[in-house]
Amino acid sequence: MTITRRQLLILLPAAAVAWESVLAGTPEASPNYTMTEHWWSMLIDIPKCIGCGNCVRACQAENDVPDGFFRTWVERYHVADWHLANPEVISPDGGEEGFPVAKEDQGKYFFVPKLCNQCADSPCTQVCPVGATFISPDGVVLVDQKYCLGCAYCVQACPYGCRYIHPQKKVADKCTLCYHRIRKGLTTACCEACPTGARQLADLKNPNDPIHAFLKTNSVQVLKPQMATGAKVFYNALDGSVR
Amino acid sequence: MRIFKDAGHLFRLAALFAAGTLLFFVIRGFVVPRSFGEYGHYRGAAIAEIAAHPIRFAGQGTCETCHADVAQAKSGGKHAQVHCEACHGPLAKHADDPSIDPGKPDTAALCVRCHAASAARPKDFPQVDAEQHAGGVACQTCHQPHSPAIGAASGGTK
Repeated sequence: MTITRRQLLILLPAAAVAWESVLAGTPEASPNYTMTEHWWSMLIDIPKCIGCGNCVRACQAENDVPDGFFRTWVERYHVADWHLANPEVISPDGGEEGFPVAKEDQGKYFFVPKLCNQCADSPCTQVCPVGATFISPDGVVLVDQKYCLGCAYCVQACPYGCRYIHPQKKVADKCTLCYHRIRKGLTTACCEACPTGARQLADLKNPNDPIHAFLKTNSVQVLKPQMATGAKVFYNALDGSVR
Repeated sequence: MRIFKDAGHLFRLAALFAAGTLLFFVIRGFVVPRSFGEYGHYRGAAIAEIAAHPIRFAGQGTCETCHADVAQAKSGGKHAQVHCEACHGPLAKHADDPSIDPGKPDTAALCVRCHAASAARPKDFPQVDAEQHAGGVACQTCHQPHSPAIGAASGGTK
């Protein structure tokens, strides 16, 4: 069978369209979940955090986080009376195995769990040159690891230091707010493992979510509000010394 | 009347341009994923791919479907709001196949992770200097982990 030049010219675009649909595949159907009906965030209640490191270990177990990298970590602040603007901050192994015992001392101590702030106007998604990182319609900042080039612009752009280049995959990696869990109706691994309820997953579009009452009645702040990132991780009783 | 006597050049150029444009769209069709732009400037199918990752923590609801006795024992005590997997670790595999034995957590390391006295912890959180408090006696000798007040009912043996 021979193909004339004319037939070839007609066949090529048709073949292109067919191949495209093969490449796209069939996305997994997720019944009972409409992305536009959710807007995920997290509430961190600092006075409840005891610095046990459960969240850090849970995150590593759930998400295969490589050694030495963290999608979430806990910092311990020690703010002495004489210098509020210069706190002593430690986070040994991200707080994975807890913290050294602190002796009664001048000043105050508190723990600050950190993770991706799931910014609504995220600097990391704005700098991606290929559209490999984005905010999903339900408000979670994700990385398309098949599309990421590993240029690390986003790692530099994140004002919270929440991104890293995966040492084996050589692509950007970060907290997904356990997107694979929340789509199944579960809470995140860190919230699941937190023994004191210091971390709470919240859906801002759900009018029955307790977050609304909490935001109304407490002094809540986001990290680096001056950056106008639209951060959606809310901290209750956040001290001014936290950066 | 031979104004366009060399019009052939233009036609050849136009044909070349048309062929180039066609080639551009054919290549573009190959390299741009189909779902790109479905929701925004990214590959829409990536969302479903990320959502399809397997879970490791089964979730409190899953634990309670089988271990209602422990949930019951826990509900009245100080550990009522502590999820099972906060101490027992990620057990989705055990939930899928109950014959996989999750093992028991080592209380010597587990209890002090939260309850070791430290000035850094919130003042109203129960804390002990384990050495002074028990002198090396295992915590569960006196405290049932599922409902830790002394004398509280056992939280089941499973």
